[in-house]
Amino acid sequence: MTAVPLPATAPPPWSPLLGRISLEQLPFLHEPIVAVTFVGVILGGIALVGALTYFRLWGYLWKEWFTSVDHKKIGVMYMILGLVMFMRGFADALMMRLQQAMAFNGSDGYLNAHHYDQVFTAHGVIMIFFAAMPFVTGLMNYVVPLQIGARDVSFPFLNNFSFWMTTGGAVLVMASLFLGEFAQTGWLAFPPLSGLAYSPGVGVDYYIWSLQVAGVGTTLSGINLIATIIKMRAPGMTLMRMPVFTWTALCTNVLIVASFPVLTAVLVLLSLDRYVGTNFFTNDFGGSPMMYVNLIWIWGHPEVYILILPIFGVFSEVTSTFSGKRLFGYTSMVYATVVITILSYVVWLHHFFTMGSGASVNSFFGITTMVISIPTGAKLFNWLFTMYRGRIRFDLPMMWTVAFMLTFTIGGMTGVLLAVPPADFVLHNSLFLIAHFHNVIIGGVVFGTFAAINYWWPKAFGFKLNQFWGKVSFWCWVPGFWLAFTPLYIMGLMGVTRRTRVFDDPSLQPYFIVALLGAVLIAAGIGAMVVQYGVSIWKREELKDESGDPWNGRTLEWATSSPPPAYNFAFTPIVHDLDAWEDMKRAGVGRPLDGYRPIHMPSNTGAGVILAGISTALGFALIWHIWWMAGASFVALLVSAIAHTFNYKRDYHIPAEDVAAVEAQRTAQLERLAQNQGAAA
Amino acid sequence: MSAKNYTDLAHRHAHGDANPHAIGHHHDEPHGSLREYVIGFVLSVVLTAIPFWLVMSGAIADKNTTAIVIAAFAVVQVVVHMIYFLHMNGKAEGGWNMLALIFTAVVVLIVISGSMWVMYHMNHNMMPMHAEQMD
Amino acid sequence: MSDAVHSSGHSAPLPASLTKLGKFWDLNEHDHPEGHSTMLGFWIYLMSDCLIFAMLFAAFGVLGGNYAAGPGPRELFELPLVAVNTSMLLFSSITYGFAMLAMQRGSVSQTQMWLLVTAVFGAAFLSIELYEFSNLIHEGATPQRSAFLSAFFTLVGTHGLHVTFGLIWLFTLVVQVSRKGLIQANKRRLMCLSLFWHFLDVVWIGVFTFVYLMGMLR
Repeated sequence: MTAVPLPATAPPPWSPLLGRISLEQLPFLHEPIVAVTFVGVILGGIALVGALTYFRLWGYLWKEWFTSVDHKKIGVMYMILGLVMFMRGFADALMMRLQQAMAFNGSDGYLNAHHYDQVFTAHGVIMIFFAAMPFVTGLMNYVVPLQIGARDVSFPFLNNFSFWMTTGGAVLVMASLFLGEFAQTGWLAFPPLSGLAYSPGVGVDYYIWSLQVAGVGTTLSGINLIATIIKMRAPGMTLMRMPVFTWTALCTNVLIVASFPVLTAVLVLLSLDRYVGTNFFTNDFGGSPMMYVNLIWIWGHPEVYILILPIFGVFSEVTSTFSGKRLFGYTSMVYATVVITILSYVVWLHHFFTMGSGASVNSFFGITTMVISIPTGAKLFNWLFTMYRGRIRFDLPMMWTVAFMLTFTIGGMTGVLLAVPPADFVLHNSLFLIAHFHNVIIGGVVFGTFAAINYWWPKAFGFKLNQFWGKVSFWCWVPGFWLAFTPLYIMGLMGVTRRTRVFDDPSLQPYFIVALLGAVLIAAGIGAMVVQYGVSIWKREELKDESGDPWNGRTLEWATSSPPPAYNFAFTPIVHDLDAWEDMKRAGVGRPLDGYRPIHMPSNTGAGVILAGISTALGFALIWHIWWMAGASFVALLVSAIAHTFNYKRDYHIPAEDVAAVEAQRTAQLERLAQNQGAAA
Repeated sequence: MSAKNYTDLAHRHAHGDANPHAIGHHHDEPHGSLREYVIGFVLSVVLTAIPFWLVMSGAIADKNTTAIVIAAFAVVQVVVHMIYFLHMNGKAEGGWNMLALIFTAVVVLIVISGSMWVMYHMNHNMMPMHAEQMD
Repeated sequence: MSDAVHSSGHSAPLPASLTKLGKFWDLNEHDHPEGHSTMLGFWIYLMSDCLIFAMLFAAFGVLGGNYAAGPGPRELFELPLVAVNTSMLLFSSITYGFAMLAMQRGSVSQTQMWLLVTAVFGAAFLSIELYEFSNLIHEGATPQRSAFLSAFFTLVGTHGLHVTFGLIWLFTLVVQVSRKGLIQANKRRLMCLSLFWHFLDVVWIGVFTFVYLMGMLR
């Protein structure tokens, strides 16, 4: 038994009523940077709440959005959550770039160690869990039911609940900014650093409970979408007639369901160590911190594919649509996706080659890692061959796709480089690794999300996004990315390590200044994107798309109006071909114009908001050790969950007359459009 | 006009019942019979009793052999429970239940055996004191 | 473009256009029956729960030999008690099966009766487990004592927590069946709980084999 060294900071004092909360725990009272942010957030918050109250929007938001079980509205809410959290995560990134560019020649920079460590942890956690995950889940939520010709998901209430659990997790992370602190451990919170002995404060507890609350939502939404894809496809849509995006969504959700429980279990064990004093990951009494690293990467690697697979689906849809061709190698694309799904479970050790499992274990995982690049490469060739001899239209979604292909390929190649264990021993934990995974995540997930937003926005809102500002954003983002991360590749090769706050070697400073300039360029890209959304909403009449099919699309989501009615399709489409909508257009078939029938739909409910709200309160109470509140919210959670099961009336029928009225409007819209086009011709 | 006639016709062909619950009665839901439950119960009692007896009596001298035998009994008993209590077969839900089970079994096998393999080597290489400390 | 999105059903001669329309749109569809995805969805949930247990088994498999100079399984485990406990769970399994058979016959009272019998066995299982835990803690074999005991208490305790939630769910269903009878929704819920209950049995097979029996062999 070795003695435990004294903790870096003493544990905070505790009172029965408020737990560990005290004035000491309000960082904006003693940290000027946080104070300025706090004032800004408070003023902004007051302005937002005031505006919502002034325009009497609360009732509308509650009835039409917060309690909605419509997959389309939930999808949009996920995207908004993702965008908001993306801004927060990016602010953290800028702060790090600025700190690292400044902290030379004896300067300490402007962030103290305690603050800087929180910033890099929060950046990782937020970007993965609360930006990328909501983006991906939001896209799948919005698009999948439309693509398979369904009216909603299998479990619409669960969908609403999942969204609010994800939001609850995000609320906890944001609360840590002004109440207490966030973890200072890095985004995966490895023990023993994240154990009680070295992190006695609330930071790691914020980390644990925000991820647990959000994780429940993610797992349930995964179950929901799997059931939806299996059970609710339109007649005739066999598995090999599913659009590629739906295929990748299926595989992604399989990965979610088979990996998020792993994260949940690992975090439970870490919290037991912290709350009960067990010895899973401690240095003493037989615990093994290395076991935590092993277990959490069993979740962590599939997570990488959870993020990228649906984005591969997006690129497949975009490439095929904007090349005006059927996707090249659809079957191989499906098999590649399935193979990646399975292989993603046998590569996790490549994240800790250096921990010392030895040559045999390292070789196995090195080889499996290299193998996984084969199906990924096959996908890239499929996209290239789809473009080959296609009539390519370089609209914004296609521009992002091409930028992805160039950027992601380089990121993938540096990944294969890292898969070689001896090379990894040199590059492990260096800026090279940082550059690599930003190369694939930004080049893949972020570019893909932007492609998807530009592609499906007209479907969601009935008008296209402004091209000019979209292009400004694109031309800031892509060079900005390379400017920001090329210096990191170079420095990583020279051995500069990640998460460093202050540097001794002045020759590195120019690299960090260039990287900062890149980050500023990206900031301009994000600004242009916000302007793009604003201008497009402002000029939505000019950008209006009434056809419902602005890109000459190929899959079923383009077969209905934009935005689609609550029930998506008045009649369920019957599928005879892979590109079902393209097939319908070729056959010259129209919409049925009468004979509408009542449509069975789920009813809205506030239960999701309530249950998720109580869960968030439970998480908050556990973070701060407010035991009475934890007990009370646990009981409340149980009681309200049981009470919810006593509600048997969860659906209703939209009367046939209402369907007929909506569809008559649509018919008039299409007739008007046809006349205008006839007049123009 | 013409479409309307057609759909009116179709209405008569349809089930003639607006109540959705009357339609689509499910035959793929898991149902057991008394016989199945009793067979399952008897088998699981036997498959539980034998491993307990093996360990408590020490009938097999070699511990490793005993361990392998009781692990085999466990696997068989899991299969028995799957068939007789959980009513697993390849047909329920169009085979998706079985597919999900097989996938999960593979992942479970990978994470448990993989973790033990990885951690064994890690302990062996990085904590050479470990084994002696334990005894 | 215009003919692509526009109905051609108006002008074309009747049979051809109608078959075309009917070929691509389900003109006389009926609703998805309520709860048609529930059994599949619940099964997938169980698979995800399976992975939580897999993690706990992995933790036990790796850390289960780390006694930290504290007591090991041979000093702690009482196999007769575990055998009794296992039989409680097995009995509860067959009685739940009887409840399902009663449900298929449509007998509300017998369904409830067998559910309550199941609950008695489930409660007995939990009591014996708690008795075992309190004995261990009294002997100083607490979850904090060693990584082996941390992993043991967490794995077995998580299974016990699942049984506890199963019991709460079971009582809720007894009330709901008495209120609404054996309607389709309640039958579906009973079938879900059946899967859950038998799934916990399967997990227990792993627990008694790999934790208790193999522990005694160490």
